[in-house]
Amino acid sequence: MADDPLAPPAALAGDVTVPEAVAGAEPVQSVCTPIRLSYTYTPGRALSRYLRAMADRRILGERCGETGQVFVPPRGVSPLAGTTTAGVVELADTGYVDSFNITRVPIERRPDLKPPYCSAWIVLDGASVGFMGLVINIAPEEVRIGMRVRAVWKPDDELETSAANILGWEPTGEPDEVIDDYERLGRAQPAQP
Amino acid sequence: MIDVAVVSFAQRQEASIPGESEVEFMVPLMEQAKAAVGLTQPEIGFTCSGSSDFLAGQAFSFVMTIDGTGPVPPISESHVEQDGAWALYEAWVKIQCGGIDTAFVYGYGKSSPGSLRDVLATQMDPYYVCPLWPDSYAIEALAARLMLEGGHVSERRLAEIAARSRANAASNPHAVRAEPKSVDEILAEEPAVDPLRPSDLPAEADGGCAVVLAAGDRARELCERPAWIRGFDHRGDAHTLGVRDLTTSMSTRMAAHRAGVADDKVDLAELYGPFTTSEHLLIDALGLDEDATAINPSGGALAAHTMMASGLIRIGEAASRLWRGDGDRAVAHATSGPCLQQNLVCVLEGD
Repeated sequence: MADDPLAPPAALAGDVTVPEAVAGAEPVQSVCTPIRLSYTYTPGRALSRYLRAMADRRILGERCGETGQVFVPPRGVSPLAGTTTAGVVELADTGYVDSFNITRVPIERRPDLKPPYCSAWIVLDGASVGFMGLVINIAPEEVRIGMRVRAVWKPDDELETSAANILGWEPTGEPDEVIDDYERLGRAQPAQP
Repeated sequence: MIDVAVVSFAQRQEASIPGESEVEFMVPLMEQAKAAVGLTQPEIGFTCSGSSDFLAGQAFSFVMTIDGTGPVPPISESHVEQDGAWALYEAWVKIQCGGIDTAFVYGYGKSSPGSLRDVLATQMDPYYVCPLWPDSYAIEALAARLMLEGGHVSERRLAEIAARSRANAASNPHAVRAEPKSVDEILAEEPAVDPLRPSDLPAEADGGCAVVLAAGDRARELCERPAWIRGFDHRGDAHTLGVRDLTTSMSTRMAAHRAGVADDKVDLAELYGPFTTSEHLLIDALGLDEDATAINPSGGALAAHTMMASGLIRIGEAASRLWRGDGDRAVAHATSGPCLQQNLVCVLEGD
């Protein structure tokens, strides 16, 4: 061990002087240093199952072994109990609008989305949580909480292992859900501590 | 100072874990570490984790892993973008602040989806160094050349460190590289990143670990022979490699001094030296006597290098040995950054 462990290293001693050749150089105002990293991402067990089922127009959720709640998209873990999920549940491709917003400005990288359009949380029949989607085939101002919707899938020959297989959600015309009845809808609130 | 001990530890390390997401492989470890001491998440005072978005390739990646703790009802939680050993340090400080007597700490990394040697370039200075995309092994090789040419270490000494890691790793089921090799066999290897040979480099792994900390009487309730934290410090060297003396580890020396490593005998040491060169510098900076101290009985980070977890695993490995009675006093070390840039030293003692 060195005599004085708290002494700075010798490399830090001495003055720094700017060489004559660069003493009057124009200051650099900005630099651009692009960073690109490439990953071969694997989504894991639960999301792999979910994405494979998507190619068959099926939507898979997973059930919490402790609370019975069904999560979609599944991540292999119950975010309430902190346990590995207890089983896979196939969900209907129908549900209701839990909340929504209407976007009236364009997004640069999504020229396919023509404002105004409606994004919504859709609660699938049999699920305990909302699921992101676009509400289509209806004027945005007619969308309402509780409205029943069904998935509009891509044509069979365009299906992939991707959530993009669902183009959007359109109204079914059924009577609206009464969403203040959380228990009936399988959305039991977690117990208070 | 409140007495805090490591009372539980679970780990998993494999060359790669391609089929599982981070939260999927961490949940069983989290459950195992808590179940071993009969604790459930709501009983734990503070939870802290270490991981990196740069390994996961996505922003706020740690948030998904928090699901695995069981964060409902809401938990007191924090995260460091560093090895889990620093998360453990934060949890230790939190316990020192009073009001809680348990903490849960975990660290994990899945580096296999990306090119780790390139990903690590992004921890360098973003203006002068990162744009040159220096390979992380090549950076260490620069330090190795300085050490060899300056007479600070010999190639045989490095091969001896590599051979010891391989021999010790043979009894570690979590080791990724555990095939024994003699010093002469290692010296006969073609350099991989000259002057470093393949055995001088870490065996990269995916995985993680989970640890439970407890204070005072709570620790004695939960564990027959708690591994008490008796000294704890971490220090950083300059970020710019050019201003550092790469043939020594100033920050380890300082952290060891403040943690009181030299105050008593050291039965075993678990050191996070990703390279044989780093292990050599660490032994010197910590002032360890290799005849009296078992160095890296697990095989160390050379045998399985799990980014963001290898440091916390060193603490867990050292604590596990104290629980078993393999020693009375241990030193665990963690590092972060290129060429041992930042170092943490933890002194653990059994009763």
